Amino acid sequence: MYPEEYHYTKDHEWIKVENDEAVVGITDFAQKQLGDVVYVELPQVGAVFEFHQSLGVIESVKAVSDIYSPLSGEVIAINEELDGSPEIVNEDPHGKGWIIRLKLRDETEIEKLMSVSEYEKFLEGLED
Amino acid sequence: MKTTKLYSSQKKLGAKMIEFFGWEMPVNFSGIIEEHMAVRTKAGLFDVSHMGEIMISGKQALDFVQYLTPNNAARLTPDKAQYTALTTPKGTFIDDMLVYCLDEDKYLCVVNAANSDKDYEWILSHKGGFDVSVENQSDRYTQLAIQGREAEAILQSLTGINLDEMKTFRTARGSVAGVGALVSRTGYTGEDGFEIYTQSENPAKIWDALLEEGKTRGLLPIGLGARDTLRLEATLMLYGNDIDETTTVLEAGLGWLVKFKKGDFLGREVLLKQKEEGLRRKIVGFEILGRGIARPHYSVFINGEKVSAVNSGSYSPYLKKSIGLTYLPIEHTEEGTELDVEIRGHLVKAKVIPLPFYKRDY
Repeated sequence: MYPEEYHYTKDHEWIKVENDEAVVGITDFAQKQLGDVVYVELPQVGAVFEFHQSLGVIESVKAVSDIYSPLSGEVIAINEELDGSPEIVNEDPHGKGWIIRLKLRDETEIEKLMSVSEYEKFLEGLED
Repeated sequence: MKTTKLYSSQKKLGAKMIEFFGWEMPVNFSGIIEEHMAVRTKAGLFDVSHMGEIMISGKQALDFVQYLTPNNAARLTPDKAQYTALTTPKGTFIDDMLVYCLDEDKYLCVVNAANSDKDYEWILSHKGGFDVSVENQSDRYTQLAIQGREAEAILQSLTGINLDEMKTFRTARGSVAGVGALVSRTGYTGEDGFEIYTQSENPAKIWDALLEEGKTRGLLPIGLGARDTLRLEATLMLYGNDIDETTTVLEAGLGWLVKFKKGDFLGREVLLKQKEEGLRRKIVGFEILGRGIARPHYSVFINGEKVSAVNSGSYSPYLKKSIGLTYLPIEHTEEGTELDVEIRGHLVKAKVIPLPFYKRDY
């Protein structure tokens, strides 16, 4: 279910590190919690975010939820498909439903993230 | 937390549960949008057993119901139900509800889950000299709703009640899937449909049979999430969001249920005065023209001045836009009036549009 090579946060974001860049999305658990996503508010390319700063908002029919920057860095791409088809976040959260691509400022921050086994254990702890 | 008798049936179907005023209820099964569209185009099945039921019976039951509510309960016969309200002396809402006449001297009030204890206390405290008894029967009833254009065909295959002959707001008693029930042509979705009440210990028989029978007609189980978006599109008020003890029946656009000629009732004087003098504010519908979704309590501005807050507000799965309700000063209620809604610190354009947002075409 959760890709082995990704990193994860307690805010239910996934991070795919590629050299000094990172692709960020929300996890399958997060999209299920949110339900049908109808709107994603994304930052501008070039915006710079600190670790755990709110970089955007996901709205589902029922809820509004912040997307937190899992690492500090500069936005170098946003998933423009989400503008017209936000439901991709539900359909393929770990792939086509990616949200932003960051240029990392401090690669040592990656060590603070959870591995897939840590994230899965974290999820087990949330159930009941 | 309280659960309904259909809890395990719903868990088996993969329901995602939430707490709703002390009840553990399904918020969705397959997803709010899919469920919403199933009801709009085919049919959906709801467990609404969390609703409260309060029985008013006795020699003066009708007189008492007339005193408590603005609609004319004298028009009820044992095959009819009526949408009405429990009103305060100020003409505002203790609750909105359906009243079923079960017999000449027996009236069953179906009230909101969140209000059932408050309503029961309210009704008891106004009993005064009326020769009636009042009983909170909320724990006895399971209530199902089957809604959508396919509802009649699906339900008909499981009951001897002639549904084709049953008009809106009519009721009948009979058996559904072999279980004794009260059926009414009512609902909270804007679609044709039925509500089914039973005191059976095994109401899952009805639930399961309807789902099985409805399979080929596209019937889906529906959670509270889609129930809310469906009722908002149809502009059916939600207590606590759109109406409460601060909003009058007239301001809420429900003047049609106030029957001044029937005689005295709680709030009559204030409502009559309000009608004669004209309203100072009333509920309107709006759509968001920019980006984002108007949620309850967001501020509403006209020409830079805060005029109100959003009552209900949501994404509308059928209309595919963000819609909402708010109470505006009467001079700003005209269709087309431009508004700004503050969404996370930004003012987003909106405009007043006619109600209801959605009306079925069959």
